[in-house]
Amino acid sequence: MIRSITRQKSEEEIDRLLSGSQRIFVIGCGTCVTLTHTGGMPEVESMKEKLSLKGKLVTGLTVLPVACDHMTGEILAEYAGQMNQADAFLIMTCAFGVQTIARQLKKMVVPALDTLFIGKETAPGRFDEVCTQCGTCIIGETGGICPVTSCHKGLVNGPCGGTNNGKCEIDEEKDCAWTLIYNRLKELGRLDSMRVLQKPRNHQGEPSPGKIRLG
Amino acid sequence: MVSLFKEALDSGKFVVTSEVAPPKGTNLEKMRHHVELLKDKVDGMNVTDHQSSVMRFPSLGGALLVKEMGGEPILQMTCRDRNRMALQADLLFASSRGINNVLCLTGDSIVLGDHKEAKGVFDLDSSQLLATVRRLEKGKDLGKSDLDGTVSFCAGAIVTPEANPLEPQLIKFEKKVEAGAEFIQTQAVYDLDHFKEFMDYARQFPVKILAGVILLTSAPMARFMNKNVAGVSVPKDLIEEMASAPKGGAVGKGIEIAGRMINRIRNERMCDGVHIMAIGREELVPDIMKAGGLL
Repeated sequence: MIRSITRQKSEEEIDRLLSGSQRIFVIGCGTCVTLTHTGGMPEVESMKEKLSLKGKLVTGLTVLPVACDHMTGEILAEYAGQMNQADAFLIMTCAFGVQTIARQLKKMVVPALDTLFIGKETAPGRFDEVCTQCGTCIIGETGGICPVTSCHKGLVNGPCGGTNNGKCEIDEEKDCAWTLIYNRLKELGRLDSMRVLQKPRNHQGEPSPGKIRLG
Repeated sequence: MVSLFKEALDSGKFVVTSEVAPPKGTNLEKMRHHVELLKDKVDGMNVTDHQSSVMRFPSLGGALLVKEMGGEPILQMTCRDRNRMALQADLLFASSRGINNVLCLTGDSIVLGDHKEAKGVFDLDSSQLLATVRRLEKGKDLGKSDLDGTVSFCAGAIVTPEANPLEPQLIKFEKKVEAGAEFIQTQAVYDLDHFKEFMDYARQFPVKILAGVILLTSAPMARFMNKNVAGVSVPKDLIEEMASAPKGGAVGKGIEIAGRMINRIRNERMCDGVHIMAIGREELVPDIMKAGGLL
């Protein structure tokens, strides 16, 4: 399953974002951020402690089952009192969750996390970005590996000169997407596909912001 | 418009190019000095484009300076900082000012440079930029519109003969030739037997090849490149030779090695010329050329 991959913001940034607020309600999420240990119950409780130590009043906390779904009437009813007392909401979910919650509450919401990418757990504790939703999928020609996402420069005509021993020039922990694609296509006997000079990409497949009506 | 560099490439002579780097700031004195020193000695001068992703005076402005001083500029253009509209516009401008050589590069990553939070563009890649040059020459832009006045360029690209794995780079090299590269300046080569093998392959393509020669300035510098510069491999015996130089004599030894390599490349007609990179020590290029029997 793909997941929204997040990382907690620095303490300084969270402090700055909460500087005008004294009473805080903290929200986590039971899906992606629980898996990545950035916004599950342990992290939410630990955040409550940190905020208390800084002299903030935590009016309440909850971990929503799925923060990017609308909060149910039951949840809103259960926490109505604690939510009403809060000046601000500190949201320990991905940005989808933060925005969904912001639409439902008439109070300032503060994200505690940065949403890094939509990715997949490829080994225990290791997450890799798999798709940037560019709107013009080309992986039919690259052996099912996406260079738009997996190549740092999003190149579609083969590797740059910075690749070294199958790794990316920016980080030797990161694989060179084009070495992976080359190996895959070679294995499949389809290197001819890599030899095709690809035209410049269409960056407006779905002009941002995406909005679509199906059916 | 005639490109003197193109004429040199077509003449069959052993072609020599070098580099000049625009400054960090507006003080062009040092660059002017290098241009003055080299303009009548080399067939073309690459003007680097924010090399290593460090923001500098633009390559287009630098190329214009070379032109104004009577040199033959090779405009380096990377795809890192401009989208296809800005790249095409700069090609129109360059052509209008008599800059008729362009080296098309993808460009280093933003995060390797001094503006680490900037947006890397990469709207086009090096092979697509080459194809763009050819398209503009036909009087059309990438938006399919007609141009009122076209361009004319001698366009080139780079290749890394020592890359590992090599074949993906060779596929890209072939795409660059297909896209319209007339010349290729290689990443630095030190193992000339290995380079000969590359040339046995590369000769089948209709493109001129200039072997990259980077001046070694010390043994630690050579080891640093081996560790940090993709596709550069200085063999052990050359590092030992550098280390054996007497105190204060390392640069002289580096010039001797570069000269020896140039001599061998030229005498054995391995390729069509050399691209000499002295990386900040451009004033030494004439010495390297002398050592290589080019002056």
